[in-house]
Amino acid sequence: MHFTVTTRDGVAHTVEGREGTSLMQNIRNAGIEELQAICGGSISCATCHVYIDALPGGAELPPASRDEGDLLDASDYFEDNSRLSCQLIFGPQLDRVRVTIAPED
Amino acid sequence: MTSAHSTIEHFDCLVVGGGHAGAETVIALRQAGFEGGIGLLGDEPVPPYERPALSKDYLAGKQDFERLLLRPSEFWTKHGVTLRLGRRGEAVDPEARTVTCDDHTTIGYGVLVWAAGGRPRALTCPGNDLDGVRTLRNKADCDRLIAVLPRSHHLAVIGGGYIGLEAAAVLRELGKEVTIIETLDRVLARVAAEPVSRFFEAEHRSRGVDLRLGTGVTEILGREGAVSGVRLTDDTVIRADQVIVGIGIEPAIQPLLRAGAEVASGGTGVLVDDLCRTTLADVYCVGDCAVMRSGPGVRIESRQNASEQARTAGKAISGHPQPLRLVPWFWSHQYDLRLQTIGLSLGHDQTVLRSDPGGRGFSLFYLKNGAVIALDCINATRDYVQGRKLVEAGAHIDPALLSDVRTPLKEIAAATA
Repeated sequence: MHFTVTTRDGVAHTVEGREGTSLMQNIRNAGIEELQAICGGSISCATCHVYIDALPGGAELPPASRDEGDLLDASDYFEDNSRLSCQLIFGPQLDRVRVTIAPED
Repeated sequence: MTSAHSTIEHFDCLVVGGGHAGAETVIALRQAGFEGGIGLLGDEPVPPYERPALSKDYLAGKQDFERLLLRPSEFWTKHGVTLRLGRRGEAVDPEARTVTCDDHTTIGYGVLVWAAGGRPRALTCPGNDLDGVRTLRNKADCDRLIAVLPRSHHLAVIGGGYIGLEAAAVLRELGKEVTIIETLDRVLARVAAEPVSRFFEAEHRSRGVDLRLGTGVTEILGREGAVSGVRLTDDTVIRADQVIVGIGIEPAIQPLLRAGAEVASGGTGVLVDDLCRTTLADVYCVGDCAVMRSGPGVRIESRQNASEQARTAGKAISGHPQPLRLVPWFWSHQYDLRLQTIGLSLGHDQTVLRSDPGGRGFSLFYLKNGAVIALDCINATRDYVQGRKLVEAGAHIDPALLSDVRTPLKEIAAATA
C-alpha cells in the first residue's frame, strides 16, 4: 500500500504506507521533513497540517475531533480539506490517498 | 597532527545528546543540505524518541515504544548519521576540538552542538537511596516503574510540577493510591498563576489524589532497603512503596562551563545568541541547557524549544542562518484535561480570566504593563490557537474584552492586527 505526498515545492512523492501508523509518521519516516509534528500526535499543535487532495473511491475519513477542528480552524492556511496528519491512521481505506503538505504557519 | 589525533573518531558535526534537541539538530542539518559526517552521541541505549509521552501514554501502557521513535532506526544510517548510544559527553576541549566521554573515549569535532539536556534533581534527605526512590526522565526510568507497578499500591509523588501531576494522573487512572507532596503552597507554581493551580488541585483531589501542599519531605522511610513511607515536615508519615521524584532537572552544562563558555547569571544555563551559538568557536548549544541572550534569561525546558533551537542551529551550521525569535508554547495532559500554554508568564502584573460558565475549561491571560505576554488554556483549544497572535504581538487589549467569552479571540486579534 502506498500514498502520495506533495511537498511545499510542488513535487509529488510516492510513500510506502505502514498500516496502523499515522500519515504524519509515515511521511516523516519516508524522509520528508516538512512536518514538524512537535506534539508527537497528541493534538496539541498544528504542525502536521495537510490537505486531503483525493480520497480513493468510496473511502471516508474519520471526522475531526473538536480539538483537531479548533487547531486547524486557526491556521492561516485552513481549507475545507485540511486535516492533522497525526490523526489519520493509515490502512487499506487510505491506500492511494493523495495529500499536500500545508504551508507553515 | 599528532598520531593520537589521527586515530580518534572525528565528525564534521558532533551532536552531544540524543534527546529531541540533538535528534532534531541532525535532521535539520541534513534537511538544510549539510553534507559532512555527523555523529550523534546519546547516553541512553535507544535511538531518539518522543520524551513527553513517558509521563503520559507510555506510562499508561497506551503506546508502545516503537511508535515513540522520532525516526525508525534505519533512518539514521540511511542519512549518514553515526549513532553512538550509551555514551555521555563529559568534557569539551575547545582548543583541540574534542569531546571526552564517560567511557574515556575521545571524539573530535569540526562543529559541536551541545544538546545534553539534564538529569533529574535528586532528593537529598535521608533515605534518598532506598530501593523504590525513582525519577521519570527517560525510557529506562519509566520501564522500571512500569515493571514494579503490579506490586505497588501506594505511590508518593514528590513535586507538583508537570511531571509529577501527569504521572499522578496516570497512576490514579491505573487505580493506585497516590499522594502528591509539594513544598510550595500550590501546584505548578513555577509556571502558572493561582487560578490554574487551584483548578488542577481541585481536579486531582476530586480524582482521589491526596495532595499535600506547603509540605516538605524530611526522610524516606524504608524496610529492608526498600521504601515503605515518606516522613513530611509536619512529622506525618505517608505510606508509600514507590517514591517518584519530580523536582526539576540539573542541566548538563558543566562541561561547557569548564571549557570556558559564557553562562547566564547565576550559572543556570549556557548563553547563546539567536543562532544558538555559544561564546566558544564553532560550539552551539540547544535545548534544556541553553539560555538565549534575546530571551527572558531562563532555560526553557520544552519539546518546542528543543525543536526550534535545533532547527536554528542546524540551518546556521549549514550556512543558512535564520535568527530565532521564540514564542514558547507548552502542553500537558492530565486525566481528560488538556492544558495548553503560549508565552511565558514570567513577570506578569495582571491576570484576566476568560471562562465560559457552561464549559469545563477556561483560559487565563497574563499581562505585563497592559500587554498580553502569555495565555493558559484548559480544555480551551480554540482560545489557545486564536489567542496565540495576541501573545505573539504583545497586544494591548482591554481586559473586559479579553474576558468576554461572547467575543471570539480571533475577532479581537483581527481588530488588533
